[in-house]
Amino acid sequence: MEKIEQLLLKNELIVAFLFVGIIMVISFLISKKLTRGKIPGAAIAITIGLVLAYFGGKKGIADFPVLSGMALLGGAMMRDFSIVSTAMGASFTEIRKAGSVGILSLLIGISAAFFMGAIIGYLMGYTDLKSMVTIGAGACTFIVGPVTGNAIGASSDVIAISIAIGVVKSVLVTILTPIVAKHIGLNNPRTAMIYGGMIGTTSGVAAGLAATDPKLVPYGALTATFYTGLACLLCPSILYYIVQLFPLNSV
Amino acid sequence: MKIYGVAVLAACYLSGQLLGEALGYVFAFDGNIGGVGFGMLFLILLGDFMKRKQWIDTESESGIYFWSGMYIPVVVAMSSIQNVQAALTGGWVALVVGIVGTLFCFALIPLLSKWFAVPKED
Repeated sequence: MEKIEQLLLKNELIVAFLFVGIIMVISFLISKKLTRGKIPGAAIAITIGLVLAYFGGKKGIADFPVLSGMALLGGAMMRDFSIVSTAMGASFTEIRKAGSVGILSLLIGISAAFFMGAIIGYLMGYTDLKSMVTIGAGACTFIVGPVTGNAIGASSDVIAISIAIGVVKSVLVTILTPIVAKHIGLNNPRTAMIYGGMIGTTSGVAAGLAATDPKLVPYGALTATFYTGLACLLCPSILYYIVQLFPLNSV
Repeated sequence: MKIYGVAVLAACYLSGQLLGEALGYVFAFDGNIGGVGFGMLFLILLGDFMKRKQWIDTESESGIYFWSGMYIPVVVAMSSIQNVQAALTGGWVALVVGIVGTLFCFALIPLLSKWFAVPKED
């Protein structure tokens, strides 16, 4: 028994690969069998991750020595590296195709989510600058929150909240899209592009559009792909700066 | 070779981080300003350029696609190492921000759609 533990401790990163792999299998099974694909497997997996973290301590599940490799696999370095790699699918010619409609809807979508999130966060008691900005970034996607929070040095509990916000959004988008499609005129490529830019959470957008009209998926996904990257650029910089201009902390 | 692609990715990532740190320094701001975003921008531009010049083949590209496939698993690992116990003392924030924020964005879509329709149809 002790030998096994030593072996696992020595190979912490490999243990983490196996552990996350198991979480993914279970999540995608739940998504397929229990929700008939209505809730994306990725959202379920992230939720399971958050639930597991609850049983750990300050460093979540990585507080268990055997699972300390999770801190390596899920640390800032690996996370940012794999996020950057997702840009490979997007080509510059495709950005041009989306044109001004895509770019404007991205800018408006990111700002709308960010400020709405930051304001609600403020009203609910997160009045310090770093927490407000991180919560606002979490209202963009579950990636933008932690990336922004890390960049500006927010606390781990606020970062956890920002991930949870992004997950709630992803699930909500998937479920709501087919229901509200008619009311928001989501039946043509241009609206689909605007929708992708306004909502941004890629897994939610793709799953939601697939349930609405599969022909619209590439248009929505096109703008949504740029959402996370652009938001990771804007939230810790310009948007942070704008929030800073308000004399909120003195209130 | 796959490592060529991974090396290109690493170069874009590092230059993005460097630019982010430099901006943070210039604006006397304790942190990294948009390093990830810049890294993605570099990868889009460099990847597109190299594809047009045919400097990168599908084998090298697959080294980059491997990491983009690892993105969700890495995010799952990331969520499992957060301080969730402390976050729960925040209570309803996640739920309220998630729901209200999302509904707000949905509500803006028909407005934008109308707004864009006019100049496009001329």
